[in-house]
Amino acid sequence: MEEFEPTIVAFVCNWCTYTAADLAGTARMVQSPNVRLVRMMCTGMVDPKYVIKALLSGADAVLISGCHPGDCHYINGNYKARRRVKLLSEILTTVGLDPRRLKLTWIGASEGNEFAETVNELVRDIKALGPSEAASLGAM
Amino acid sequence: MANRIGVYICHCGTNIHPKVDTEQVARFAKGLKNVVASKDYKFMCSEPGQDMIIRDIRSWSLNRVVVASCSPRIHEKTFQNACLRAGLNPFLFQMTCIREHCSWITEDSEEATLKAMHLVAAAVQRVNYHEELYSRVQTVHPDVLVVGAGISGIQAALDVAKAGLKAHLVERAPSIGGHMAQFDKTFPTLDCAACISTPKMVAVAQEPNINLMTYSEVTDVNGFVGNYEATVRMNARYVDLDKCTGCGLCLEKCPTNVDSEFEEGLAKRKAIYRYSPQAVPNKPTIDKDSCRVLNGKKCGVCEKFCPSGAIDYKQEDVEVKLQVGTIILATGFDVFDPTPLKQYGFGRYPEVYTGLQFERLNNAVGPTGGKIVKKDGTPPESVGIIHCVGSRDANHHPYCSRVCCMYALKYGHLIMDKIGHHVKIHNFYIDLRCFGKGYEEFLRRVQEEGVNFVRGRPAEVTDQALTPEEQGKLMVVCEDTLLGRNLRVPVDMVILCTAMEPRADAAEVARIFGISQGLDSFFLEEHPKLGPVSTATDGVFLAGTCQGPKDIPDAVSHASGAAAQAIALASKGETAISPTVSYIDPDICVGCKTCIGLCAYSAIEFDERRKISVVNQAMCKGCGSCAGHCPSGAAQVRHFTEREIFTELSGLLDPLAPRSVVSTEAEPVV
Ligand code: FES
Repeated sequence: MEEFEPTIVAFVCNWCTYTAADLAGTARMVQSPNVRLVRMMCTGMVDPKYVIKALLSGADAVLISGCHPGDCHYINGNYKARRRVKLLSEILTTVGLDPRRLKLTWIGASEGNEFAETVNELVRDIKALGPSEAASLGAM
Repeated sequence: MANRIGVYICHCGTNIHPKVDTEQVARFAKGLKNVVASKDYKFMCSEPGQDMIIRDIRSWSLNRVVVASCSPRIHEKTFQNACLRAGLNPFLFQMTCIREHCSWITEDSEEATLKAMHLVAAAVQRVNYHEELYSRVQTVHPDVLVVGAGISGIQAALDVAKAGLKAHLVERAPSIGGHMAQFDKTFPTLDCAACISTPKMVAVAQEPNINLMTYSEVTDVNGFVGNYEATVRMNARYVDLDKCTGCGLCLEKCPTNVDSEFEEGLAKRKAIYRYSPQAVPNKPTIDKDSCRVLNGKKCGVCEKFCPSGAIDYKQEDVEVKLQVGTIILATGFDVFDPTPLKQYGFGRYPEVYTGLQFERLNNAVGPTGGKIVKKDGTPPESVGIIHCVGSRDANHHPYCSRVCCMYALKYGHLIMDKIGHHVKIHNFYIDLRCFGKGYEEFLRRVQEEGVNFVRGRPAEVTDQALTPEEQGKLMVVCEDTLLGRNLRVPVDMVILCTAMEPRADAAEVARIFGISQGLDSFFLEEHPKLGPVSTATDGVFLAGTCQGPKDIPDAVSHASGAAAQAIALASKGETAISPTVSYIDPDICVGCKTCIGLCAYSAIEFDERRKISVVNQAMCKGCGSCAGHCPSGAAQVRHFTEREIFTELSGLLDPLAPRSVVSTEAEPVV
């Protein structure tokens, strides 16, 4: 049987994690190509709708990643993201999606290796978790 | 009218192609809705590449452009400008990264190509919904804030002042001068550091366009390019600088001795002290941690003896607010503390010194009056100089500190010059990096003077003698990797060429000024090659070693570069501010005020008459906190609207239409 290859969408902030992703690439750190980045200005910009849309349109998981607490380029957008993710995880459970499909991390601009590790780890975890339950939630 | 999109896939030489089959991606893009031109090309960012876009916009009446190449952090502006030159609003452009996030991260060509197609599809779908946006023009306050008054900060402030602009120069120490003021001679010319830096320090003090604030720190910065407000705390010196004549009587009388920072702990200073012999301003400061009176004990000697009544124990810190248009950070470096490298015995053996300590030892106004002597007062007969201590070391700093080889050579020369040519100098090096102007020549000169070079990183420095000759010496234990032999070299003195490292509080400073740090924790420049003085935050520039290790000429050039950037902004007098800010649709807003509480910049106000929230565009930074939360979907950040993100997601996630690969024969790819 062919191995399940998950599709993952990552909403990353321009100032930290996107820069870290650039760095990881520049350092040629090998990463699973399953993760596709959406560049946002800040994690505070990530509307819960975007996450749900991604999960319902075929993403097996969503990663939100921004600056470390206290480092947000816009003072505290990442704290707002953290609150939203917390709520959102609960909602995911109630609609029948595994909450592990939504992950929030802080990866600073200099942490290229951290980014590569996060990506590879997430892909590994989601492979173990299997395809998203969303496909069978037709009614939503 | 349907959109007319042009898609350009870059090979980036061989960086993207052939890992990503760019031709196939271009063919695929050609099949996407509204795409009228799709091409792949060797270097999209080159002039012919940009010209191709411009030509196509004109001849194919393109009204949207997508480029898939390197990270938009590198070339987004380049391509936006190309669009602009062709008369297309730069926001009708979208860039997607198929290099850093695609071709460089996988070995599998098929996977890379597939991912590239998804990324291109996302960009194409998204760009359909881009809107024309226009930058706002903001006036630039002409004053410049320079933080740190080492040689870089001094140079930057003098350059700014020379342009007829006002520079506020803020220095944390009681005197300006920085590390350079501690040095003795400078390589490779061997002119004395004080002789070339003191005139500059004096020039700063005398320059009417420079507002010098020593013993002061920037505690907070608000605003944006052209209009920053900085809060500066002027720490209490407990000396009234207006009354003080700098006679120095207090320094003689003060009974409290503490280690001198300026002398790197090799000498003592008083609790009331002059930072350095050539301090600017040349007036004393009371160190509140060691002063007896300020710690509730009996003393008051300085007050009693001061002939001008300048001592003021009641003085308090003063906060001032500065309005400036641009900021230059010149906060410098720290010297690596070699104590954790226990094998070299720093702190354990009295005759093991750091490079900076040796500078003081050799300095005419240093603790020994410029005599190179051991702690027992006799000159060393042999000296071991260990290179790369803390640099090029996976356990400490992987980078090269760029100055150590050269100052190590300088020490060799100076020791022989001062004590005599019979002194044995042994350099223990990994590689000799003498890259600057006149540096290689200096190496040759020192080699000819008879300095010994051993290639190898010493394993340890020890005082455990194995033979009678080793008695009373420090042995540098090392493998000479050129001879393939283990050596024990007995010496009287060891100098550790300690690394330059980021300031201990670099993270805190980065936070205050809203900039980032790189992998090595030095401040991150906007572009490693083409933007080494600017940062990702408009109007904040870097000068000198706060950006990475530099020697003096490089630091000075860097500082002049930063000054030129600040002067350029000030002389133009205005700057364009990104229009990608938030907008609240008045027809949708229900006036719940949720966004007002979320906005970190107080940029949203409530319009009582219409009962809706309104964004103040001048204050909004476009972070999207409001848009991410607005329950009615009225708040949207321009260029990051819900529609744009949704369509981007479709492109990323929708299965790739197979027709893209088939249809190529029917329609020629243009
Ligand atoms: S800017 Fe990175 S999380 Fe806000």
